[in-house]
Amino acid sequence: MSDVDYDFVIVGAGPAGLTAALYAGRARLSVLVLEKAAPGGQVLVTDWIENYPGFPEGVSGYDLIEKMTEQVKRFDVVIQTGEVVSMDLGGPVKKLELKDRTIAARTVLIATGASASRLGVPGENRYLGRGVSTCATCDAPFFRDSVVVAVGGGDTAIQESIFLTRFVKKVYLVHRRDELRAVKVLQERAAANEKLEIIWDSTVTEIKGSDAGVAAVAVKNLKSGQESDIAAEGCFIWVGTDPNTAFAKGHVEMDEGGFIITDDHRQTNIPGVYAAGDVRRTPLRQIVTAVGDGAVAAYEAMHYLENL
Amino acid sequence: MAEGIKEVSDATFDAEVIKSETPVLVDFWAPWCGPCKAIAPILEEIHKEFEGRLKIVKCNVDDNPSTPSSFGIRAIPTLMIFKGGEKVEQIVGMVERAKLEQAINNNL
Repeated sequence: MSDVDYDFVIVGAGPAGLTAALYAGRARLSVLVLEKAAPGGQVLVTDWIENYPGFPEGVSGYDLIEKMTEQVKRFDVVIQTGEVVSMDLGGPVKKLELKDRTIAARTVLIATGASASRLGVPGENRYLGRGVSTCATCDAPFFRDSVVVAVGGGDTAIQESIFLTRFVKKVYLVHRRDELRAVKVLQERAAANEKLEIIWDSTVTEIKGSDAGVAAVAVKNLKSGQESDIAAEGCFIWVGTDPNTAFAKGHVEMDEGGFIITDDHRQTNIPGVYAAGDVRRTPLRQIVTAVGDGAVAAYEAMHYLENL
Repeated sequence: MAEGIKEVSDATFDAEVIKSETPVLVDFWAPWCGPCKAIAPILEEIHKEFEGRLKIVKCNVDDNPSTPSSFGIRAIPTLMIFKGGEKVEQIVGMVERAKLEQAINNNL
């Protein structure tokens, strides 16, 4: 008779969670992966991945996740749909509260990732799905030959804006600074793309429209203070991410942004509880780093279990 | 045994969805959309769970441009629930099973 349901419960089936599942499954731990929607997380909305080693031509987000999931399933890992709403991490047995049941585990990995941040400007929620989007690969074909605005200056913003130019007539990329954060190879491609024009030193202040959807995006130049409207049918937002950690608040230590703080072993301030991937406080949030985090966390969980 | 989820087209949308006596959930999708493929298994489960009470159909937006554009759809996956020919619910983007079940139950 066991006092727990599983040795290792992984919350979130993105690259971090799936890699941890692969390592723990091969170590013959009893493993449960809980995913609230569908395996993949943010990778699913990434149209093309060029910086994951082993795919010289690149790979689509969906194909990569499908392969990761298939690989995990070879090792007796249980993947279930479920959303953790709260936790009790006080004792040696950790309890995860779902809407309809409680799961008891010896070790827990939080790998719930992050979600696209919003701008918090008027019109943004109203026109979501009717012109406002955070997913070019899902929505770009609806903007064929249109003018759209994109917001951001990092890798995602540049990569996805370039993807948009395959469909749209023009992308105005609004960026708050006078230089891009994105990696050089993407900056070079952006500069060479005639359909992409960068509006420097500016922010979006409002998304305007009618019942038909988005009609214009109001932009303010931060240096001159000048405001203007760009006539556009779409507004794509790529301004960073927020961690999916609401359910863990008060249970594990986080930084002021809600990202979970771990040690070098990916352990949180609670022994036997780990965090991996984008949810963790880390200088780089990529698929490769998430995968590495997942492996370390699973390895540490094995050691923790051996010493119980 | 429940049959698989049926495809509807611009030509059949009125008969299959608007004139349906049972409430209908329409999944607007396309083959190039990763999140659409990712929610497909959830829809299959829902299809079995609500058999007889809710009809579920898929509409490929590439092959059938006029239906999605008549509803102002500019994002997929978009799920819409129709009751008595009227749209009563619209969910955009990835959705969790529990949230979808709740939206369906609210409208049945």
